[in-house]
Parts: sequence; structure tokens; C-alpha cells
Amino acid sequence: MAKQLMKGNEAVVRGAILAGCRAFFGYPITPASEIAEAASLLMPEVGGVFIQAESEVAAINMLFGAASGGVRAMTASSSPGISLMQEGVSYAAGAELPMVIVDIMRGGPGLGNIAPEQGDYYQVVKGGGHGNYKVIVLAPNSVQEMCDLTYLAFDLAEKYRTPVYVLADGFIGQMVEPVEFPEPKFPEIDKSWCVDGTAETRHNLITSIYLAPEELEQHNLRLKEKYERIKRNEVRYEAYKTEDAEVILVGYGIVSRILKSVVDIMREDGYKVGLLRPITLFPFPEEKIRELAKTASLFFVVELSTGQMVDDVKLALNGMCEVRFYGRCGGMVPSAEEIIEQVKNVFKEVEKEIEHQK
Amino acid sequence: MATTILKKPGTFYEVFTRKPDADKINTHYCPGCGHGKLHKLIAEAIEDFGIQDRVIIINPVGCSVFLYYYFDTGHIQVAHGRAPAVATGIKRVHPHSIVISYQGDGDLAAIGGNEILHAANRGEHITVFFVNNAIYGMTGGQMAPTTLPGMKTTTTPRGRDIRNEGYPLKMAELIATLDAPVYVERVALTDAKNMARARKAVRKAIQIQMENKGFAFVEALSACPTGWGMNPPDAEKWINEVMTKYFPLGVFKDISDKVEPVKFEKKVLSPEEIKKAIGVDGETLTMKKYQRNIVAEKYKNPKIKVAGFGGQGILLLGLVLAQAGMLEEYNVSWLPSYGPEMRGGTANCHVNISEFEIASPLVSIPTALIVMNRPSLEKFEPTVKSGGLIIYDNSLIDIEPSRKDVEVIPVPATKIADDIGSTKVANMVMLGAYIGYTGILTKESVFDALDIVVKRKELNELNRRAIEAGIEYVM
Repeated sequence: MAKQLMKGNEAVVRGAILAGCRAFFGYPITPASEIAEAASLLMPEVGGVFIQAESEVAAINMLFGAASGGVRAMTASSSPGISLMQEGVSYAAGAELPMVIVDIMRGGPGLGNIAPEQGDYYQVVKGGGHGNYKVIVLAPNSVQEMCDLTYLAFDLAEKYRTPVYVLADGFIGQMVEPVEFPEPKFPEIDKSWCVDGTAETRHNLITSIYLAPEELEQHNLRLKEKYERIKRNEVRYEAYKTEDAEVILVGYGIVSRILKSVVDIMREDGYKVGLLRPITLFPFPEEKIRELAKTASLFFVVELSTGQMVDDVKLALNGMCEVRFYGRCGGMVPSAEEIIEQVKNVFKEVEKEIEHQK
Repeated sequence: MATTILKKPGTFYEVFTRKPDADKINTHYCPGCGHGKLHKLIAEAIEDFGIQDRVIIINPVGCSVFLYYYFDTGHIQVAHGRAPAVATGIKRVHPHSIVISYQGDGDLAAIGGNEILHAANRGEHITVFFVNNAIYGMTGGQMAPTTLPGMKTTTTPRGRDIRNEGYPLKMAELIATLDAPVYVERVALTDAKNMARARKAVRKAIQIQMENKGFAFVEALSACPTGWGMNPPDAEKWINEVMTKYFPLGVFKDISDKVEPVKFEKKVLSPEEIKKAIGVDGETLTMKKYQRNIVAEKYKNPKIKVAGFGGQGILLLGLVLAQAGMLEEYNVSWLPSYGPEMRGGTANCHVNISEFEIASPLVSIPTALIVMNRPSLEKFEPTVKSGGLIIYDNSLIDIEPSRKDVEVIPVPATKIADDIGSTKVANMVMLGAYIGYTGILTKESVFDALDIVVKRKELNELNRRAIEAGIEYVM
């Protein structure tokens, strides 16, 4: 199929519908509103449900209800709205409900602003609600991936019966690029666990309550085992010119695009620099990072935050390699040139260090 | 101590195997509690109507959190107060199911006040049973939003003081004021006469959903002898004599005879119909092959910044460039500056048209700056790459760019547009000047791009004339 030009937020809804999603519950918020707007236009056209909820709290619980019915359903919001949804996400993780949540991050904390940021890494990747749970987090860096990763998110959500996030910054949501769309899917309802008002599912119970401590511990351990399986099977990343790189840049979302430019420009000047872009933020590409640490001398993490994902890079390395961080936030976005200056300084230091060791 | 439900209706499990304690026969409710009574009325109605397989009960937080111990139906256990939202979600995706939302007073009237009001106001096709016992039973007898004035609870040890805690919420009355609800009644789970009325109300509320008529709400005044510190007979007497004074019994709204049943139809589409419905069927795409111009090296793979006032069509200008670039099979990207800048009067966008994969879509050092107001020229002129190009509207901008290391092309775009007949097409004059001067895109692809991007096609006649005028000016 030929490509067509589309905005990231609009590609999300098409990707979802093609994946078989037939229910959207949301509350308007900049810069994610185009997703709800597109869903309100398109869902009824394909026999789906669209409800503008009274709040994000209601939206996530409507999604909880639809997901309990075994159908593919989603919501979308932006940072402050996601904060409000965290209760529902914890319940859904506990009740093992498949659902897709799109977060188009904006500046925080508090009301912050509507400019692009990546300040939601902690609240999304580390599980912003209560209890021992994880969610799969996919981080697109193009309009094509806004479609493709949303499409994939529904499969992963169902495969592991867990909430899956598509985590993008405001830029990726607002950007227009060519997209090629996948074929429509027609998923069957899995009647083994859901409730859909039929005799087959009458004995099913959707719940996150386990009163007896022994049972709740067992439930938590089962969930943990599931997350371990996800870690083993679902890590996705892009490694760009990392083979001989002395310095590895790490970034996701829009930052990874800027970093790709940085790599291209610096390579022309002879700098051995590469880029690792995590596509899944949970599971995090820990092993790949450790593998790169064998040949690289430094990791340089760039985020639109004061430093959140950098923690996971450090945890993965566990002291194996030095980690530096450069971040802009509040809606400020670093230019490639700004980052190049930083990375060049790092190279000077690395060279000095090598010299010193001689 | 526990009460036994005599003569179990078939809707109840024979043995409560989901109940974790040793007693699998009796409910967990205290003696004299109203929940058991209401459970039984609901169970009987479900059995009599023959709808057991279709029923999904939303289990709230509160004493009735364990509805799934007892009812042999589908269950969803939910967060505190959110039952009406969850009920909305499941009912909307499975409209043939019978969704019963069962909530206590803390759940429905306090923490879930917003959800119930909006579910009722949307007229969701669900049945809501609201158990009002004027107290938080499960957590040990704290004040509820329905606690009566003067009533002592563990959080109103001196009695509910209306100056501090406000008045009890009359939910049935409140919901009856809304347009959508079909049926709203308050009953009391007390003596035989009241139980008969309660039984009728429960059945009617479920029937309304079976008939696809809409939202039904039954508030049941219910005894909590433990929470109230009374014996069961005194508790029932207290409901009849004290509680009903504040919460009068009766039907507050019933339009069930007037409303038309809704017909739920399932739409099943083929893959092709789905693609068409969401506009990805390729019909809007042109399969035409475009001949690219031969472009001078310095104008190839431009990183373009377009800037001006909001309302000048800056974003559209960029979008047409990107769309035309795509038609000519270049890699393209378009990124708006959005947010406060957009509202503050200036607008700009970043466009890449490239033979190579586009790494960063952000244009921080443009090779081409198309600029339509003075503040934007002042802001972005210093960022233009050495050897780059600045095209500016000199009918609006009263200064000249001072850079000597870039090409500067003044175009009186607004004046030209006025001469054509509309100031609004000045952006298209600028576009024409840019493609005419650099040759980066052909007129043919740009004209076709216009038809894809601009929704009001009747405007394109003028847009095309403006583009041509722009090209002509720089030739």
C-alpha cells in the first residue's frame, strides 16, 4: 500500500482500528486531543464505541469495563491526565486486563505547560500506581511507529493480559510524516477469562482482590513471573552505528531522531559515536547496553527531562561504564548542534583519560 | 454471627466456594443487614426473568465488595466509586448483557459522585442499586454522605454537624432532576409492605434494561445494625421512623412508558470497508509518477523553516511543501511549533524534503527560511545556515536581512496576493517564489498536493494563481 501523509496523533487511531480496537474512552487534553477527536470521528464508522468521559478517572474505568469484556479498547491522554489514571492502571494490572493507553507527554510537574517533554518516564515505566506491577511501554519515534507500535500494543496487551502504554512526546504526536498502514485484524474474544454476558463466561470473575495474604503473595509472584517472561521475549531497540562506537548516545522518542542527526554529523568529522534507541522502555534493553559497554567507553543519555531513563541505563550497567546525562525540559528541545558540543567535550575527556592511563 | 438466606434462588451459588473462610453456606453480612435482603430480591428477579447468563454484576468497594461470593453470574470487581464508569464500558461493548451496578453510599455518593451523575446523565443502559445505610459499614462506621444530621459515627463523634459536614445527599432526588434517567425510586428494606415495594422496584429497574429503555436507579434504605449500634428490629424501626423522614420513599421519576427502546445493532465490516471508513484505502492516494526537476546542489535536501504570524497560513504552506515532496517520492517531515507560540501570534513549522532518510525532523539551522513577518525574520535570520536562502515578504517586513553570507530574495507576497484578489493567498505566493527560485518541487506536484491538503477545494483556483504569480515574480 502506498504511503500517506498524516499527523502522529491521527495515525495512532488508524493503527488502533486496524488492530481491531473498537472502543475509545477519553478526556480531552492538549497535546493528545487529536487522538480523541479522530476516534470520535472514526470509531462509529467502524461500529466502535467512543465516549468522551467526565474525567480521566472515569475514562480509565470505562476502559477497564470494556477490557473486561475481552474486546480491544484504548484511551489516550497527556501527562496530568495519566497521573489521574494511575489508580485504574494499577487495578487493570492486578486484574490482568489487556488495554492500550497512549500518553502524549507534556511539560510538568503540575499544570506545567503543553510543550513536549519526557517527564512521564518514571510514572509510566516505573508503574505510577500502587502495588508490584509493571506495564509494557513502547516508545515510537516517527509517525509510522505511532501507527505500528499502537497496532503491536494490542497484540502484546492480549498476549500477556496487561496494560500496554504507547509513550510519545508532544512532538511525535504533532508531527506529520508519511505512513504506510497495515492490514485490518479481526481478533476473536478470548472467552476463557472475560465477561461478555454469555453462558460461557458466566463463571468468570474480573478482580484484583486477594484477601488472604498467601493468595496475594502468590498472585504477585505470578505477575512477577509474567514480567520476567516479557523481559525475556519483548525487548526491542534500534542500534545505529554502534559497532565501533566509543561513545554511545542513548535516547528515545523525538530525542532519538535528534541523536541520529548528531551521529551522522559527528561521524562525518570522524568521531566514533553511535546511538542506542530503546523502543521498549519496559522491558528495557539492559543486555544490549551491557554488550555495548564491552566496546564503548562512555554512555551519553539525552532526555527531555532532568534525568529519568538515565537511571535505567545506570542500573543496566551497574558500574561497568561511565554514564553522562544531558537534558532539557519544560518544552525546551536541544538542537543537534547543542548536543554535538556536549559530546565533543566528552570525547576530549575520554581522550585525556586514555592519555593519562598511558 | 451471620445470617442465612432461606430458600436460595437459583441465581445464588449453592455453596459459596469463593468465600475464603470455612463457612461456605452463610453470607459474610452481619445479622439484620439490608444487603442480604436486596441480594435476594435481585437474585429472584434474575431467575424469574431467565437472564442469568446475560448478567454482569459490578462489585463495588464497601460491604458488598464480595457480591461474587454469592451470585452465579459474571462479575467485575472495581475501584471505589467507579462502578458506573466500568458498567458504562462493559455495557457499551456488550449491549446484549444485563449490567447491574451495585453500590453503597460512600461508593456512589461520595467518592463516585461524578461517575454516577454522568452515567445517569448519559442515560447508560444499566441498572443501579444504591444501598443507603447512612454509614460506612465496611471500614467500621465512619460518616457517609448520607449520614443524618446529628447522627454519631466514628468520624462524627459529636454527631454530624451540618455547619462542618454539610447535609446528607439525597441521591434519588438529585438523579431524578436529570433528563436521561428513565426510572428513579427510593425504597426501604424493612417490613413486609416496604419489601413488597422494593421487590417491585428491583424488577422494574432490571426490566427497563432488558427492554433497552435506558438508565434505572433504585435507592434502598438499608439497616446497618452493627454500624448504628442497634439490634436488628430497632434498626428497621429507625429506618421507618427516622430515616424516611429525611429520605422519603417513592418514585421520583418514571418515563418508562414514554421512552422508545433503543435498537442495538452490530456493524460488521469487511477489511476493505474498514480501510475505506478510516481513509487508508488508498483511494485518496495518487499513483501518478512525478518527474522531479533537476535541482542545483545548494538547494537539494532543504531543511526549511517557515515563519510568520498566526493566520497567514504558515503551517499550510509547510504542509503543501511536505505533501508535494512526498508525491515526488522524497522523504519528508513536517513539524509545527505549537502551544503558546501558536497563540502568541507567531507560527512556524519545520519541513524536511530529502533524498535521504530524515534523522531529526527539527530544523534548528535552516537551509531555507521562508518568512512573512518582522519578528520572525529577526528571530530566525541568525540561525540560517551560511550559504542558505532567505525569502521574505517585503511588503510586510520593513527591514532588510543584514546577513551577507546568505542569498536574500525579497518577494512582495502580500501585495501580489492583494492584486490577485485576496491577502489570504500571500502564503501561496511565497510558496511559488520558493519552488520557482530553487526548483526543488515542480508546479505539477505542488498543485496536486494542494488538492490533497486543502479541504475546501474551491479555494484552490485562487491558490494556484497565487503560486503561479510567485513563480513568475522570481523568474
